[in-house]
Amino acid sequence: MSAGPISAPEAPGSGKAIRRPGDRVFSGLAIAAGLTILIVLAGVAIFLIGEAWPAITAPVSDLPDGKSLIHYIWPLVFGTLLSSTIAIIIAVPMAIAVALFTSHIAPKAISMSVSYLVDLLAAIPSIIYGIWGIAVLGPASVPVTQWLSDHFGFIPFFDGPASTTGRTMLVAGLVLALMILPIVCAVAREVFQQTPKGLQESALALGATRWEMIRMVVLPFGRSAVVAGSMLGLGRALGETMAVTIILSVTGTITFDLISSENPSTIAANIALQFPESSGLDVNVLIATGLVLFAITLAVNMFARTIISRREAAGGR
Amino acid sequence: MNETETMKEKEMVDAQAGPADPIMDPPASPSATATVDAKAKRIDAEDLNIYYGDFLAVKDCSVNIHPNKVTALIGSSGCGKSTFLRSLNRMHELIDGARVEGKVLLDGTDIYARNMDPVLVRQQIGMVFQQPNPFPTMSIYENTAAGLRLNRKKTKKTELDGIVERSLTGAHLWDEVKDRLDKPAGGLSGGQQQRLCIARATAIEPEVLLMDEPCSALDPIATLAIEDLINELKKRFTIVIVTHNMQQAARASDYTGFFNIEKSGDPGVLVEIDETEKIFSNPRLKETEDYVSGRFG
Repeated sequence: MSAGPISAPEAPGSGKAIRRPGDRVFSGLAIAAGLTILIVLAGVAIFLIGEAWPAITAPVSDLPDGKSLIHYIWPLVFGTLLSSTIAIIIAVPMAIAVALFTSHIAPKAISMSVSYLVDLLAAIPSIIYGIWGIAVLGPASVPVTQWLSDHFGFIPFFDGPASTTGRTMLVAGLVLALMILPIVCAVAREVFQQTPKGLQESALALGATRWEMIRMVVLPFGRSAVVAGSMLGLGRALGETMAVTIILSVTGTITFDLISSENPSTIAANIALQFPESSGLDVNVLIATGLVLFAITLAVNMFARTIISRREAAGGR
Repeated sequence: MNETETMKEKEMVDAQAGPADPIMDPPASPSATATVDAKAKRIDAEDLNIYYGDFLAVKDCSVNIHPNKVTALIGSSGCGKSTFLRSLNRMHELIDGARVEGKVLLDGTDIYARNMDPVLVRQQIGMVFQQPNPFPTMSIYENTAAGLRLNRKKTKKTELDGIVERSLTGAHLWDEVKDRLDKPAGGLSGGQQQRLCIARATAIEPEVLLMDEPCSALDPIATLAIEDLINELKKRFTIVIVTHNMQQAARASDYTGFFNIEKSGDPGVLVEIDETEKIFSNPRLKETEDYVSGRFG
């Protein structure tokens, strides 16, 4: 066989396909990085389950306050879900509005600076949000919650008596909403901007106003992304610790009353408050609550992922 | 198609009727083959200068577009024919910094008048684009009815059904889709999608239909189907079509306008417009002849 410059070294079919060393190094690195993520995730899960196990199997009498584990965790789960729900209800419409404003309504210069400022919200540490919440937003909310309980007290959410310090579930939810706003907004904005020009133009060419065009083309196009972004935001709200720990005045009561000084705690805030003073089985109980939080956030994120992938399967258009 | 007559009652927005000055009378129509079902409106552009920011894209364009005729615009890429087309229904101004100087008269009313609402202009001057782009989240039925739903008037369901069927039939698509009106429009072939876009544009009964290279993304069979359709549509609408395909201009149009640029970076100029037969057999200018005979471009 004459060794021509481009003749194959072996007959086709025998031996392996040719791979460049660069490709091999890169794929090795990528696989290593991917595996590390999996290992860390598995490690966290194993740690949580292992440490929570003594609390799960312990007799009720040994647990704090002699309450069963379910009774201990349930108010915390309730508080976590309630504060996150408030945050989502407030943040998502606002995020959509801001995203539409920056992607389709504002002139370029304004839109760029607004986007930048919204992104900057994400860079503020949560402890700052917490301090701001308890020092500024809380006291400012007192007259409003007072008024709400006076006039809308028949609605369970505003049953009252209104807190005089403003350390309420409502304020905690508001601060959480501000914290997740940039995430939801960024995801929505990116997708709104990708709405195909051709679709926007055909809507306008049919005689749609700008708002009608947005409703007809942009919102349907971005809908699944908004859902996915909200889920990412929800994931953050569920796990947020510092701001809630600082703001919320906690009694462990299960109540839908958002403006009183009696509130359920959240899982993350409860761990932050209790962990330094705990020992023995109490630590295991706290870790068990952490396991529940881990399961909730994992479920939320996986739900978001399936929505995103369904959108991609649909062609992304 | 007498029902279209009644649909034509859409009032022209002549809050301020501009000076009705047909700058020149339409020449005797070349081929009075197609019978006119509904008198559509004429467009007269006067001294139109079209800009992207400071860049002058089309210079001093004056043209009379005759009602119920097909006017084709040909010319090499980048010579401003699409830009000119988009300035006829105020789509051009949607681009940042884009503006237009001069007048575009729709039956004598200046669509660039200060108090003219671009939304109303676009309701009367519809558009079909190069890429077939039905709304992906909507069904075939909803796509066809999309423009009607916008017109703020409540249309009864039965009436809407009638208009959808009529528009799809008019776009030669009804027989192919009547059993799957509620299916997503994305499942149609490219040619079907483009006919759906034509149905969508005609459902709101515009006066004028602008088509920006409507066949350049389609195969020859689908192209022929669209050309047949154009011949049919001119009974009801005034049609302006931009095309890269000279055979298409020769086959499908009554008038042909030729855009050219001196050199890259210069503004595009409408150098000659005349009856299609004349442009292709005996054009006035040498450059037109060179272009239509394929000697350049």
